[in-house]
Amino acid sequence: MSFPLLTATAALPALGAVATAAVPARQRTAAKWLALLVSLATLALAIVVLVRFDPDGARYQLTESHSWIRDFGVRYELGVDGIAVALIGLTAVLMPFIVLAGWHDADPLETGSRRWRPTQGFFALILAVEAMVIISFEATDVFVFYIFFEAMLIPMYFLIGGFGDRAHSQGEEAASTQRSYAAVKFLLYNLAGGLIMLAAVIGLYVVAGSFSLQEIVQARADGSLTMATSTERWLFLGFFFAFAVKAPLWPLHTWLPNAMQESTAPVAVLITAVVDKVGTFAMLRFCLQLFPEASKWATPVILVLALISIVYGALLAVGQRDIKRLVAYASISHFGFIVMGIFAMTTQGQSGATLYMVNHGISTAALMLVAGFLISRRGSRLIADYGGVQKVAPVLAGTFLIGGLATLSLPGLAPFVSEFLVLVGTFSRYPVIGIIATVGIVLAALYTLVLYQRTMTGPVKPEVSAMPDLRVREVLVVAPLIVLLVFLGVYPKPLTSIVDPAVKQTMSDVQQKDPKPAVEAAK
Amino acid sequence: MSAAAVHSLWTTAADPISKIDAPKIEYGQLSPTLIVIGAALIGVLIEAFVPRRSRYYAQVFVSAVALCAAFAAVVALAAGGYGTTKAHIAAMGAVAVDGPALFLEGTILLAALVGLFTFAERRLDPAAHGNRVDSFAAQAASVPGGEGEQAAVKAGFTTTEVFPLLLFAVAGMLVFPAANDLLTLFVALEVLSLPLYLLCALARRKRLMSQEAAVKYFLLGAFASAFTLFGIALLYGYAGSVSYARIAQVVDGTVSGVDPALANTMGNDALLLIGMALLVMGLLFKVGAVPFHMWTPDVYQGAPTPVTGFMAAATKVAAFGALLRLLYVVLPGLRWDWRPVMWGVAIVTMLAGAIVAITQTDIKRLLAYSSIAHAGFILAGVIATTEDGVSAVLFYLAGYSFVTIGAFAVVTLVRDAGGEATHLSQWAGLGRRSPLVAAVFAVFLLAFAGIPLTSGFAGKFAVFRAAAEGGAAPLVVVGVISSAIAAFFYIRVIVLMFFSDPQPNGPTVAVPSPLTMTAIAVGVAVTVVLGVAPQYFLDLAGQAGVFVR
Repeated sequence: MSFPLLTATAALPALGAVATAAVPARQRTAAKWLALLVSLATLALAIVVLVRFDPDGARYQLTESHSWIRDFGVRYELGVDGIAVALIGLTAVLMPFIVLAGWHDADPLETGSRRWRPTQGFFALILAVEAMVIISFEATDVFVFYIFFEAMLIPMYFLIGGFGDRAHSQGEEAASTQRSYAAVKFLLYNLAGGLIMLAAVIGLYVVAGSFSLQEIVQARADGSLTMATSTERWLFLGFFFAFAVKAPLWPLHTWLPNAMQESTAPVAVLITAVVDKVGTFAMLRFCLQLFPEASKWATPVILVLALISIVYGALLAVGQRDIKRLVAYASISHFGFIVMGIFAMTTQGQSGATLYMVNHGISTAALMLVAGFLISRRGSRLIADYGGVQKVAPVLAGTFLIGGLATLSLPGLAPFVSEFLVLVGTFSRYPVIGIIATVGIVLAALYTLVLYQRTMTGPVKPEVSAMPDLRVREVLVVAPLIVLLVFLGVYPKPLTSIVDPAVKQTMSDVQQKDPKPAVEAAK
Repeated sequence: MSAAAVHSLWTTAADPISKIDAPKIEYGQLSPTLIVIGAALIGVLIEAFVPRRSRYYAQVFVSAVALCAAFAAVVALAAGGYGTTKAHIAAMGAVAVDGPALFLEGTILLAALVGLFTFAERRLDPAAHGNRVDSFAAQAASVPGGEGEQAAVKAGFTTTEVFPLLLFAVAGMLVFPAANDLLTLFVALEVLSLPLYLLCALARRKRLMSQEAAVKYFLLGAFASAFTLFGIALLYGYAGSVSYARIAQVVDGTVSGVDPALANTMGNDALLLIGMALLVMGLLFKVGAVPFHMWTPDVYQGAPTPVTGFMAAATKVAAFGALLRLLYVVLPGLRWDWRPVMWGVAIVTMLAGAIVAITQTDIKRLLAYSSIAHAGFILAGVIATTEDGVSAVLFYLAGYSFVTIGAFAVVTLVRDAGGEATHLSQWAGLGRRSPLVAAVFAVFLLAFAGIPLTSGFAGKFAVFRAAAEGGAAPLVVVGVISSAIAAFFYIRVIVLMFFSDPQPNGPTVAVPSPLTMTAIAVGVAVTVVLGVAPQYFLDLAGQAGVFVR
């Protein structure tokens, strides 16, 4: 038996979480270093996965398969395709930066009970989320995926509800109330989605008699498994609902602004850059492959919802007064693009969507983490409290600008490539929707540049005048992310070469062909 | 013509008594029950003859040994194949020895053993006059608030009759799911109920509430028993027998040797349907299903918490066992009559339990309503009427009972000057002061909520899958909706514990003796093991899924 590389990639952060939680109360710094080391070691394992993965090889690689709960027909089946490898890479890359950025976020204000260990808890929870996210990207058994998709909520819930920004304009008590409101809203939305999905998971088992993605796809392809049209549609809706809550898609998005606003910047990054990607990833892996007919049936409605997300998210971002809320609505707009790319059912659209997931993760991380550094300096999330920061802290302002420009998909930075692919892919099949979606880009320029203008330029506000520039630790967080953004913007081929074969395979599962270019069709 | 043969109005001629066959009793196969009853009787003798200061140790020792021995007997029987190939009906048709019976008896015995640990806990209340005291009344006979009671409390009296009472209740519970005729069923019902009524009244603190709970439980329980008995009478009138197998044959119409009297009553469906309804009603009362759930919150709240935990776990196991056997062995021929009704009961139970729980402010009442919702989930599995349904219910019960005992054991730890602090507001900020206790309770709540990787999820998945395969897909949908509702109030408690600031004069967490710690540790361990690696136990429940008839 070969070394279970995929299990190891998920198990390492899980064990790291346990170890971090067990660090004695006084050794806070040790817990931080341990978490950082574990996240770096996980990154190393993820790189090994990337190297061992052969883009032109079998559909699922590095597979593992063990009996788990025989009675439920559940096998512990893991395997990665190009899409999963890209997202595991994203998760593993971002995690050290999240840990580093949150270095001081969970230092206890006062020494409470001897056994109260918030710092250890914070980093242990982050590592636990990493483990569960990675294993959901790897699972090729619907049940295994479901378990970690749901279990992920618990550590996320404690991260949102337990740790917030230090300074809060309305005092600690109000902050605590709002935090727990945000945490409960997050949990209830996602739990409701998950439980609806549970009904569909059970339904799938009753219909298909198996949870194995490959078996079901195979059986559907060779005709040994047929589903009644209505059954397939109901099951599709059950799955899609959960993923649409997680992604989040309009009108199920309202938990995201609350959750991102109330949590610390690293946790906000964790939510939007990593955890939410599981939703869009699962649409691609499970919705499309398990229910191809129903996916095609639902496409028009989903595209319209995605379109609404794009425009609505962007419009609301323009109107925000709170920096983190603004980033949250911008993310909703971007998730609209991702969903649109997936359901446009073209190779370009889906490749673009996958790239978009990765690039959005990196760009949001860059923007949000710098925003977090900014907020921690001034103790306010309100845009109006800032002004002229670029004169006082030029490095901070500069990195903030690059993060913002990446968010608005400036050519030369990574998100441009993916946004362009999504739009092209959508336009070739649904020209009207593609055209309307470009409104989202225009609005993105508006909200990003206005944000920059109001906070960074203009006369220096007195409260801002003493603001220190980025520290070494903070530069270490931001600089690599910016390098990545530029690199993938100029040379995206390493990523596309991994993703493309998997997307083609998915397209053939859905039995979709790219529409011929208009010029060729006209001949 | 001899005088004895003359018939008069008042006398009949009796044949001379020649020989009564000694009943054939398989003592070995009934040993689990016999061991427990024997130990209970020894417990009564200990109360009478052993000096007061060593009674506690003697009682705990005898009870623990008896429960362990009975469990060993169950394991031995199961290993001997009585759960599968050698399953048969023992004691002249009165008691079944088969897979479901053995599985449930094992579960009940383990739950009782863990419950015994919480009964025996004596470190939580402050000691009076150097005497360590437990959760039970200092002197049960004294008037609440009266002089006698005050004197007894001051002197630090403790009583130990709870242990034989516990064993008697366990004995009833062991027979209840195995009973194979209606009379045995009724006797078992009474044997398990009466000690529980008493135990409910024995709280050391808040005695009036405890006595009120006991009276409510007793009155409503007596009603339910009367219904059950009336149902039994009607079924006997219908089938001319109290034996499960015989009634089932009559219901199916496969009975042999129909005499004219039987032929006459057999045609009377009213007898059958009303009898069945009354009987099932009595069992649904014990299970705590809506609309027979009214007693649950009051009794759960008023009873001493160790009793609540034990009762919530073991009674549910026993009652569901009896219900399963009744519906699967006696009344499968009537499936089309009882299934729609049970559908309704299950739906109402799930929804009502989950919705009403939201408004609760007392942790014990909250857990009571949660237990009602769980009864609904289990009913969904009962309705499946498949072999998978049986094993799913068995598995669910095993997982659920340990979560329940563990959760109530944690409730006993959180105390203030007035005893246990059960009001939810007092639990605010518990996670700051005692992270470990709060985390353990959070694990139990997550298991109740059915979050993956806990036993609650595996159990819920099993019953919902069985229900879906049994053609009850709408029940599954209602089930997941009420799970989502229920999740809300479990989460609310977690929010309270971890995200609220502690009250300045909030309760403290008592440091228990190893007994309660063991109970809680076993609860957590079972919850996690059944959640992460349930296959072995699913196999066990799967093998135990066939009733003998």
